[in-house]
Amino acid sequence: MDAVIDNLPVFLEGFRNTLGLLVISGVGALILGMIVAGLRISPVASFRGFATVYTEIIRNTPLTLILFFCAFLLPYLQFSPGYFTLAVIGLTVYTSPFVAEAVRSGINGVHVGQAEAARSIGLGFGQSLAFVILPQALRMVVPPLINVFIALAKNTSVAGAFFVFELFGAARQVTNDRGDRVLAILLAVAVFYLLITVTLGVFAGRVEKRVAVLR
Amino acid sequence: MTSVLYDAPGPKARRMSRIISYVGVAVIAVGVIALVLALGAPKTSVNGAVQPGLWDLSHWDVFNDVQVWRALGAGALATLEMAGVAAVFALVIGVLFSFGRASDAAWIRVPTTVVLEFFRGMPVLLMMLFILLVFSTGSFWAGVAALAVYNGAIIGEALRAGIKALPRGQREAGLAIGLTPIATRLRIEFPQAFRQMLPIIIAQLVVLLKDTSLAFVVGYSELLRSMRDLTNFFGNRYSFSFFFVVLVIYLAMNLSLSWLARRIARRSGPEPTH
Repeated sequence: MDAVIDNLPVFLEGFRNTLGLLVISGVGALILGMIVAGLRISPVASFRGFATVYTEIIRNTPLTLILFFCAFLLPYLQFSPGYFTLAVIGLTVYTSPFVAEAVRSGINGVHVGQAEAARSIGLGFGQSLAFVILPQALRMVVPPLINVFIALAKNTSVAGAFFVFELFGAARQVTNDRGDRVLAILLAVAVFYLLITVTLGVFAGRVEKRVAVLR
Repeated sequence: MTSVLYDAPGPKARRMSRIISYVGVAVIAVGVIALVLALGAPKTSVNGAVQPGLWDLSHWDVFNDVQVWRALGAGALATLEMAGVAAVFALVIGVLFSFGRASDAAWIRVPTTVVLEFFRGMPVLLMMLFILLVFSTGSFWAGVAALAVYNGAIIGEALRAGIKALPRGQREAGLAIGLTPIATRLRIEFPQAFRQMLPIIIAQLVVLLKDTSLAFVVGYSELLRSMRDLTNFFGNRYSFSFFFVVLVIYLAMNLSLSWLARRIARRSGPEPTH
């Protein structure tokens, strides 16, 4: 236990960086994912094809490989804004197709009758999307989106293996210093992760229940 | 669904959409070509030396060496080996979890739920480090155990959802013909739930295959480690080439498994009635 308490500042700094990675790449992935989802349902065939290929390639590439590209190859290609930013780029790109899929399945989940009704009262493509489809779809999208963010929170640990000092990096450093208290240290770090994931999970459950009432 | 959102296009709209489509193709093609050219452009490093572009043959000549392919093959095999062993254990653990979670006895159900939530909320990488350091199992079994437990928890949840989604009559019928509750679950409910959830389970196995790359961090020599070692041995000049080839290998493995998942999903989609 003393090993945990002595190193609490280290853990807290790691926790802060984990939260930073989560929030910044979460927002980035949300924006990029929305764009990809928009391309994926657009009337223009070439945009749909591009979005599909992008989704399939990124989803089937291991995160470790993507972060490897960001941490080692982007600097080699003379783009090096620091490891934190590089990790944010990697996590954003990796998470964006999952966001896109969640948004797309939400849009597909809105009943066809809604779209038909919107069209029959004379709304155009943009109008029916903005006033009828998206407000309903977004509500349905929130629970799966939160699951995507839970996965992202866990994935930030991979960035710790690529020179970013977050919770996993903190765990590695402290276990190196205090090899005799490995169990306590790792359990403490696990608690920090569960703090994020369980909170988000409870939140997702609540939202799901409220949406279920509305439908 | 999307076709409802806009009118069936007339001649004018069709011409318009064809034009937009061509413009879209052009924009995407220009973007891709620009990226390829940017990667291929010769670079001047800090000390003034000019390096040839990434598509230059001097970056790719290592692939004439059989040893390089042998190293990559060994890495890919190690990845598949870890994924295969972990997948078997994950399925077993998943089945056990689903039985525990769907149990009628609270003293089985509640602890299983807590353990399962714990495993689902932890990063796989942290679990690997944990198992490696606490049980000193060596990197292969640390990777296998972490992947098996984590993916087992998720497969267990999927199976439980499958069992729950079955009509109540299935269980009642099993009990009515005199099967014990356990026999009902094993012989009536579980086979149906497994069939129904097979696409989700295979999709999870794709995730497992991808996540074997995390074992790279705890020092298991799989495909990613081969890439790193080859880059260290032949020099940074080849880093992009090795990355590119490894990316293609990963995509080939994962996409074929995803394709299999989709095929099975289509085949077992609507339940045949018999």
